[in-house]
Amino acid sequence: MSTLFTLRNAFVAAVVVLLALVPVYAALTGNYFLMSLFTRIVILAMAAVSLNLIMGFGGMVSFGHAAYLGIGGYVIGILAKEGVNSGFLQWPLALAVSALFALVVGALSLRTRGVYFIMITLAFAQMVYYVAIGLDRYGGDDGMTIYKRSQFGDLINLSNKTTFYYLCLFLLLATTYLVWHIVNSRFGMAIQGSRSNDRRMRAIGFPTYRYKLVCFVIAGTLCGLAGALLANHTDFISPATMHWTRSGDLIVMAVLGGMGTVLGPVLGAVALLSFEEALPVLIRTSASPLIGGDAAAKVAEYWQIVLGPLFLAVVLFARGGIDGLLAGIRRG
Amino acid sequence: MAEALLQVEGLSKRFGGVVASDGVTLEIPKGELHAIIGPNGAGKTTLITQLAGELESDAGRVRFEERDITALPTWRRSQLGLARSFQITSLFLDFTALDNVALAVQAHAGHSFHFWRGARGEPALREPARAALDRAGLGGRADMLVSRLSHGEHRQLEIAMALATSPRMLLLDEPMAGMGPEESARMVKTLRELKRELTILLIEHDMEAVFALADRITVLVYGRIIASGTPEAIRANADVRQAYLGEQEEAQGKSVERGAANG
Repeated sequence: MSTLFTLRNAFVAAVVVLLALVPVYAALTGNYFLMSLFTRIVILAMAAVSLNLIMGFGGMVSFGHAAYLGIGGYVIGILAKEGVNSGFLQWPLALAVSALFALVVGALSLRTRGVYFIMITLAFAQMVYYVAIGLDRYGGDDGMTIYKRSQFGDLINLSNKTTFYYLCLFLLLATTYLVWHIVNSRFGMAIQGSRSNDRRMRAIGFPTYRYKLVCFVIAGTLCGLAGALLANHTDFISPATMHWTRSGDLIVMAVLGGMGTVLGPVLGAVALLSFEEALPVLIRTSASPLIGGDAAAKVAEYWQIVLGPLFLAVVLFARGGIDGLLAGIRRG
Repeated sequence: MAEALLQVEGLSKRFGGVVASDGVTLEIPKGELHAIIGPNGAGKTTLITQLAGELESDAGRVRFEERDITALPTWRRSQLGLARSFQITSLFLDFTALDNVALAVQAHAGHSFHFWRGARGEPALREPARAALDRAGLGGRADMLVSRLSHGEHRQLEIAMALATSPRMLLLDEPMAGMGPEESARMVKTLRELKRELTILLIEHDMEAVFALADRITVLVYGRIIASGTPEAIRANADVRQAYLGEQEEAQGKSVERGAANG
């Protein structure tokens, strides 16, 4: 039924190869901005993959997923500020705090569904956001610089940008592989069954609440890991990391890339963040001969006017996102 | 009298001013096929929903195999062997027929906290599921998406899923709703076979089917039991005639309510 050499698989393989070649390109051209951009893309792709586990497969639309990015990051930042730089301490703690937060949020919000679920997850994320603003010692509203990246002794040096990029890419692929196993396991079937028809799941004997809660915690923990990476990448953490619009971005990535598959959100993250960088430049260069440089720069500020309709088109005409589009071409 | 498998005592539920079930007391011995009939709005589906544990009762107790299950959630009741089917088809539409039944098998094959091994490759889940599909006459449809199956096939799949949980008792909510005469006849045959192994509580509008299958019949009107007894006794009961069967007899014993709306 499914062959290995489909357009979709070829495309996904190409994306992975291109991601792996980014540092090579950066070294050859000296364009390190590109590598920094792609480090960010890879990290946020990981967050989107974790969100998709609960949203795409579990039907739990969390509108507060960026909170885990912030929690993971703040654990790193706060520990660094207090002089604890060992990654062997920082990272497990970042994961543990994220998991604990997910457990509390999940335990309460999974008692509701639909719009209420969305609203409660948003409310919790906003709560953490304002708590972070209140942390005067840790920069409050402005956030704080992290002067030293996580230390892993001689094992790995995160300050080396190429090493760090490959670590992020490795963790993204590992996360994706893990999520792929999860969704196809018995646990994953239980989760997908609850998305499809929760009432029937309970009628045939599944305690669905438990499974959904565990799934929610797994997703939160994985996103906490992305948060720890992000803080190390930017050497900075601020409440803006978990602004609700960031949660929205993660949802857009998953929807744009395709919620039906594990890899969809990776494609979505690459697409969305590339557009974010490329569209303003594209608009400026194509408009400046027509209306002059200054006016074109002004117009370029409104690049989202182009992105909006694009996203709309995907939602209206390509329900499966980019991934579904590729699979559809194969079929047709 | 054989030992009672399901005992219902004074079960009540009201929605605002509407009394949906009013002190329902029932005793269903092991091996019996017990039908519940009543006009639309009599509270039949409410009763099944209460028995399945999806709806909390205002008063009354339910005992299953001598065990008080009044406070147990739906999934626990299913684990104890109380399976229900739905009047309005309730399936996993975006899954294949085999996946649907395999989920029902999985629900009763220990906990599902297995995160690594592919569930679709597990013979322990797939083989019983395939067998259940074959028994329901859906073997040829195993790999089809459920959303593409016909209405009659949905009804069959409903039963197949309930059976795949290896229940001790079935709560069937209008298994013949919306079926044509041929499909109904096939369903009657299926139920007759199931009756040999299982205790069944059947809600059904198709009177021919009910009187052909039931060992005992309970008549529910406005949430209250007005009669309970053998099919012969029910047929002869004056109250029942007046409340319910009258219209049927005028239609020369034909089921005028086949495929009627929710009861």
